[in-house]
Amino acid sequence: MEEQVLNTAINEDEPYLINMGPQHPSTHGVLRLVVSLKGETVKNVVPHIGYIHRGIEKMCESLTYPQIIHLTDRMDYLSAHINNEAVCLNVEKALEIEIPERVKVIRTIMAELTRIQSHQLFWASYGMDLGGQTCYFYGLRDREKVLDIFEETTGGRMIVSYSCPGGLMYDIHPNFQKRVNDFIKYFRSILWEYDAILTGNVIFRERTIGIGKLSLEDAVSYGVTGPSGRASGFSCDIRKHDPYSAYDRVKFNEVLFTEGDTYHRYLARIEEMKESMNIIEQLIDNIPEGPYTVKMKPVLKLPEGEYFQKVETARGELDVFIVSDGNKYPFRMKFRSPNFVNLGVLNHISKEFKIADLVAIAGSLDFVIPDIDR
Amino acid sequence: MNSVVQYFKGIADGIWSLLKGMSVTNRYFFSPGKIVTQKYPNNRKDLVMFDRFKGDLIMPHDEKNEHKCTGCGICQINCPNGSIEVISKTITTEDGKTRKAIDKHIYHLGKCTFCALCVKSCPSDALAFSQEFEHAVFNKELLTKQLNKPGSQIMKGV
Repeated sequence: MEEQVLNTAINEDEPYLINMGPQHPSTHGVLRLVVSLKGETVKNVVPHIGYIHRGIEKMCESLTYPQIIHLTDRMDYLSAHINNEAVCLNVEKALEIEIPERVKVIRTIMAELTRIQSHQLFWASYGMDLGGQTCYFYGLRDREKVLDIFEETTGGRMIVSYSCPGGLMYDIHPNFQKRVNDFIKYFRSILWEYDAILTGNVIFRERTIGIGKLSLEDAVSYGVTGPSGRASGFSCDIRKHDPYSAYDRVKFNEVLFTEGDTYHRYLARIEEMKESMNIIEQLIDNIPEGPYTVKMKPVLKLPEGEYFQKVETARGELDVFIVSDGNKYPFRMKFRSPNFVNLGVLNHISKEFKIADLVAIAGSLDFVIPDIDR
Repeated sequence: MNSVVQYFKGIADGIWSLLKGMSVTNRYFFSPGKIVTQKYPNNRKDLVMFDRFKGDLIMPHDEKNEHKCTGCGICQINCPNGSIEVISKTITTEDGKTRKAIDKHIYHLGKCTFCALCVKSCPSDALAFSQEFEHAVFNKELLTKQLNKPGSQIMKGV
């Protein structure tokens, strides 16, 4: 079977096959790419997934809705709060519960902080993929400040488990607003370093500009969403087009580029961090008073039917689809994870580039492998 | 002629961009006040975690060795991974009534995912998270803990 897969994938008479991964520092996890090469030129890339498959969708069928939340943290662990929010919004929509304004605003702030820390880690690890080790330390230094905010309010650093159906697990910490304001002030004053170290660097620019071009048509037909899709001009920001939580009351720009190469996928993330800070600044100083959670029944039973909710995670569109048969467990739970779909385009955009460029292209799509396998 | 100018301009711009990046790193290299690294194993004595940090599940006892757990088992039902086992027994109180009480509250740290549903769902606030984060042990049996202390009793009025 394995042999067959490899042979059908390769059109050369004598291809040279390289396994990149499953243990490779630049795949950011256990992703295995079977790369067929001619000389140094990539002819075909076949991703092999499933090394960290935990069957989260199947596990959900034997868990109650509040229990499912902690599993969604572990799909895309860098957008943990946004994943929680997606399931919560879906369950709340199904139960037709009105959520307090306070909850909506806090969820939005937390989601944007999650997006910032995710893009900070992207910047850090992308710099390291392309040979700049300094980036990693600077990126993590700033990310630590966001994680401290999470830790103080939610008790978790990455795996926050902060939303629950009906509201939030706990109210925000009294220091929350001060810390977020301090962070934004600090991060705005330090963002120029990101550009000085990496964006303007001649080696970085030579390795990314014009590499791995993804056209708008291909981005749409492959369904590449998130900053990767928006770098190609695909206007796919769900926060803008189908606002949820408190996104309908904030002003922000959808970051769009038309070039669609590796460099602009990187730039889109840098610009998104600035937009996220704008969103937080509009909300942080006037969080409405009120309860932080709605009193829920001890056992949540969704009415029979199908429910759908989409949110914008740091990597693209996450869809949650619940089929309920009126029981306390979902009959079927389906996640459309952004990383799985974005991985599909890797072969298409990395053909005819060098193997060193493959690292740059795969890094710019910003994979989180547990989200691909689920 | 134009291409020659472009060529040398490219070299000059490249070197300038490298110097710009280097100036940032040099600034931090020569200013020790901006060091953010925590020297972790050496600063354990004055390392304070946040109050809400989800470290280790504990059952707080007061000075009379009394806890608040009634043995209802709601935490066990709410736990998604089966990390909690509540073993209850029936006891006879001083006025002759029989009631349910806790015998052992077993906590499997190795299975726990720190979702805090047990702490949130407990009707009598008997459970809490400690700030302990150094969980590594050499023997996996040590990861199974009994949360109620030996000889402890339920608090009056819970």
